Amino acid sequence: MKIAVASGKGGTGKTLIATHLAWALARAGEPVTYVDADVEAPNGHLFLRPEIAEERPVSVAVPAMVRPTCAGCGDCARACAFHAMLAAKDRVIVLPELCHSCGLCLEICPERVLEERPRRLGVVCEGRAGPIRFLSGVLDVGEARATPLISALASSLSAEGTTIIDAPPGTSCPAMEAVRAADLVVLVTEPTPFGLHDFELAVQMCRALGKRAYAVLNRVGLGQTPMDEAFARHGTPLVASIGFDAAISAASAEGRMADESSETLKKGLLELLLRLGEDWQSLSPAVNP
Amino acid sequence: MKTRQLAVLSGKGGTGKTSLVASLAALAGRAVVVDCDVDAANLALLMPGSDGPTESFYAGRRARILEERCAACGRCTEVCRFGALTFQGSRLVVDRLACEGCGACAHACPNAAVAYDDNLAGDWWVRPVAEGLLVHARLGIAQDNSGKLVASLRKTGRELAERDGYELVLVDGPPGIGCPVHAALSGVDALLVVTEPTVAAEHDLRRIVGLAARFEVPTGVVINKHDLVPGACERLERSCAELKVPILGRIPFDPLVPERASRGRPALAASAGTAEALADVWSRAQEKLLSGEPNGSNPHLTGA
Repeated sequence: MKIAVASGKGGTGKTLIATHLAWALARAGEPVTYVDADVEAPNGHLFLRPEIAEERPVSVAVPAMVRPTCAGCGDCARACAFHAMLAAKDRVIVLPELCHSCGLCLEICPERVLEERPRRLGVVCEGRAGPIRFLSGVLDVGEARATPLISALASSLSAEGTTIIDAPPGTSCPAMEAVRAADLVVLVTEPTPFGLHDFELAVQMCRALGKRAYAVLNRVGLGQTPMDEAFARHGTPLVASIGFDAAISAASAEGRMADESSETLKKGLLELLLRLGEDWQSLSPAVNP
Repeated sequence: MKTRQLAVLSGKGGTGKTSLVASLAALAGRAVVVDCDVDAANLALLMPGSDGPTESFYAGRRARILEERCAACGRCTEVCRFGALTFQGSRLVVDRLACEGCGACAHACPNAAVAYDDNLAGDWWVRPVAEGLLVHARLGIAQDNSGKLVASLRKTGRELAERDGYELVLVDGPPGIGCPVHAALSGVDALLVVTEPTVAAEHDLRRIVGLAARFEVPTGVVINKHDLVPGACERLERSCAELKVPILGRIPFDPLVPERASRGRPALAASAGTAEALADVWSRAQEKLLSGEPNGSNPHLTGA
């Protein structure tokens, strides 16, 4: 069973929920993998404090000329849908940050002067945080493409036990790639106009991917925007509420888990676990599209 | 007349970018404001007005199988690296969420059975607001063209500013450090990074400051909710010193900010202390980040 913790808006508490859910399950004896898929801003390690045993670089294939010159026909540049190749008189210039690694230019080139070379985007870190298997993708600063790193994380997942995927914010390709890997989505939101607006976008993303979603409302009391109507309209049941709590803020400031100090978080996690437990049987990966 | 572009970014989401941008716009009095967080655009909720006509943003294309020509040989499925072509029985189908429109399938097809449709990636609007103009967009759900849409909005914002004689373009950026952030940061005159005294925000501050240095953009930091956890700010201040980025202001934690937001009002309309802190940020940003010549030749700062 793979559960993605996602949200449209950033900073609603995805990492708070994902790390604590992983711990709560591990404490109950469940084999748990926590995956930090927010590769542009990965923060799970600050709270779970894993020991990293291995760092695997993740690369994408980018074309390069294997001969010093070519006929300069420009066929590759015309064929490239991403404008990643510039044809000069006797060579091509590759703009790697625009390349999508589709491989078409290699097929197009009549002289076969192009070969693919790896370009590093970042790393996948793997280790353990106590009983939890920990995986995290970290995009190198300066690289633009987050999605291939998230795909690499998704391909490292096993079907055993429970996997908690801490997804990136938004509704475009990185968020989608993380949610795509899950059987069920927990959408974390907050009772503010921003929270409401972005929750509705996140629900649409889940729908486009054919994923079932639950809502968790965080920071109740800070912001008064009514959310119930939206939860009902989208068929996204509210399964847990967590109040705004200075104890959670203090733990976030220091990089500590907060469930020991925050009663409202403890209660919210229990609500979420109970709901997940109810659905455990009916939500086996096999029933998902 | 010189137009200056100031971007607001954060690395970590939810630190207060949008609230700060709406307040800076009000303090500046006259600006073109561009919401570049195109997959979760919220600035329009704080800047009331009536949108101009809906404009369509097309980017890329998606493959379509011409069934009358398709012999179902499956060669396209072998060359597609995005897993976008699969057989459903003996029919080939395109997963339009996975297709990137590269053209490899059409090149491989012996029967010319692949056509391409232009891809509607999102909609965008120009909204006249009290401070000037708001340029904002909605990226289509599950679209992969956020960087291109951001670049297009930036271009529109700049052109409108030049046309109508605005001296300031404010860019409200997306979270993260990837593709759309590069598009939001490219070519701006200065950057404000909004952070907060939490380990996660500090971690992500380091990444966005590192990115700004690569773009050679003069950078200042605003610490939001600086007093939420007593004593937590000191560590963050040490990090800013180590990163050599000046702290241009500290904004207090104020429960009235979300309350005002739910009525469509910016943080500036919350407590007096918050309004004062925001005014301070704006005057220091003008002095430290926007007083030089446009486009990077700032006398006070040489980049982070």
